[in-house]
Amino acid sequence: MSDKTLNKKPVTIVLFSGELDKAMAAFVIATSAASMGMPVSIFFTFWGLNVIKKQGGLIKGSNWMQRMLNIMNYGHARKLALSKMNMLGMGPAMLKTMMAKKRVPDMAEFIKTAAALGVKFYPCEMSMTVMGLKKEDFLDEREAVIGAVSYLSIAKDSQVNLFI
Amino acid sequence: MTQYTIDKSLDARGWCCPMPSVKTALALEGMADGQVIEVITDDPVSKRDLPVWAEATGNTLLAVEETDSTIKIYLRKGEAQA
Repeated sequence: MSDKTLNKKPVTIVLFSGELDKAMAAFVIATSAASMGMPVSIFFTFWGLNVIKKQGGLIKGSNWMQRMLNIMNYGHARKLALSKMNMLGMGPAMLKTMMAKKRVPDMAEFIKTAAALGVKFYPCEMSMTVMGLKKEDFLDEREAVIGAVSYLSIAKDSQVNLFI
Repeated sequence: MTQYTIDKSLDARGWCCPMPSVKTALALEGMADGQVIEVITDDPVSKRDLPVWAEATGNTLLAVEETDSTIKIYLRKGEAQA
């Protein structure tokens, strides 16, 4: 891109939701913005953490409540539910087929594309602590684990700031 | 009608939003200023989005050609021209 790039205005997205449809929305915006040369940061918090979790490792956490939560909330980029019409997993399966037909990238591809475009993934420290998750539980593409203050220090200079 | 040489052709047919602009951005990364890319797409939104993308990223839109369902968009990397 030219050095006169006009789009140095950062984009910040808080991905709070762990559903496929909402994560898709976040990544469509993130990759589009990154393609326009805008620096993009996604702050993954609470259920949204599932999107950048590594596959595997059903039992996580240091007490029974955390373990139960992590078993019931098991998920990663290839295993995310829908916010509507989930139908015990039939909804996501059908949507994935429909997306593949239209050559919309799946979540794993979106993550790879976003990382290649320099989108930064920040896991939220507080949610991780509550849920008993370690930084090793997340994809290697992630940046440092940060807290709300660090998120705000990025967000306050952003022109676009979304909570999904 | 094309009075510029095409340095790279990107076949983005079959892909829909946001992939045509994402793929164009990635393709342009490996090109030098002043070089021309041809983006072939069948995504109707790209006809509107790619020119906007070019303007936002400081690249130059040379032409948009539409035949049937195929759209060809010509962009020069960087602003204005040599």
